[in-house]
Amino acid sequence: MRATVLIRPKGGILDPQGEAVGHSLRKLGFDVRTARVGRVVDLEIEGDDAESARGEIRRMCEELLANPLIESYEIEVDGS
Amino acid sequence: MVFPGSNDDRDAAWALGSVGAEPALVWHGETSLPAATGAVVLPGGFSYGDYLRTGAIASTAPVMAAVREFAATGGPVLGICNGFQILCEARLLPGVLRANRQLEFVCRDVRVRVETATSLFMQRCKVGQELVIPVKHGEGAWYADEGTFVQLAARGQIVLRYEEDVNGSLGNVAGVVNEVGNVMGLMPHPEHAVDPLLGSADGGLLLAALVDAAAAHRVAVPA
Repeated sequence: MRATVLIRPKGGILDPQGEAVGHSLRKLGFDVRTARVGRVVDLEIEGDDAESARGEIRRMCEELLANPLIESYEIEVDGS
Repeated sequence: MVFPGSNDDRDAAWALGSVGAEPALVWHGETSLPAATGAVVLPGGFSYGDYLRTGAIASTAPVMAAVREFAATGGPVLGICNGFQILCEARLLPGVLRANRQLEFVCRDVRVRVETATSLFMQRCKVGQELVIPVKHGEGAWYADEGTFVQLAARGQIVLRYEEDVNGSLGNVAGVVNEVGNVMGLMPHPEHAVDPLLGSADGGLLLAALVDAAAAHRVAVPA
């Protein structure tokens, strides 16, 4: 089963990387108000139960993939 | 401790030796600490290439279970730079280290002020004392939410603050201790400030205090 985890800097958390990206985009002439930069983790995991996969991935996020102090995460499990 | 990508492990060992310690380098894959360990130092570097988040992967290394246990018995644990990042990711210390506000690597001597001198690491310093210790990091902006920050300051867990804004660190925090006061992390490198010929020996004050604490711990909790 395939799943994707989207990790973002939490709202209100300063994101210097996103600011730098936004600044560069504006320099290129794009009308960008804000840019925030996060991370994508694609996973391939055993099993075919989407609910239990979701629970397992939530634990992965809490234990390693995201730092809950500064990051939020979103889990997308491929329906198969 | 030596993680893949640690690069200040030997500097730390040399500096600790210069203030009377008998350091041993311990590989991250070990599951126990050497018998008669009096203190643990997590050195600077770029463990696991800073993948995911600085210190995140090293915080799950096998040896970290032994470090956690050592800390729980009151053993002194000092994290320097990447070591500080690892201790935060391992949640042995509060907060997290993020990319410098200016997104530039900063590498120079900085002045830090001693905020509290009660923890074992500060026994050779006085409150208000100014220390000159170099920093060299790209991800040294310490952050915690407002409530945590206020609580830490009230409990005296903010140990060192920069005298200026070095990296966007919340409250100019340069070093913190855990609630008990036996685990400390700081971004400046005391092991690079142990010889006046190289600019400052102020880092030696912290390392010498750690050596004192190590001796005391060995007596209190014999191997």
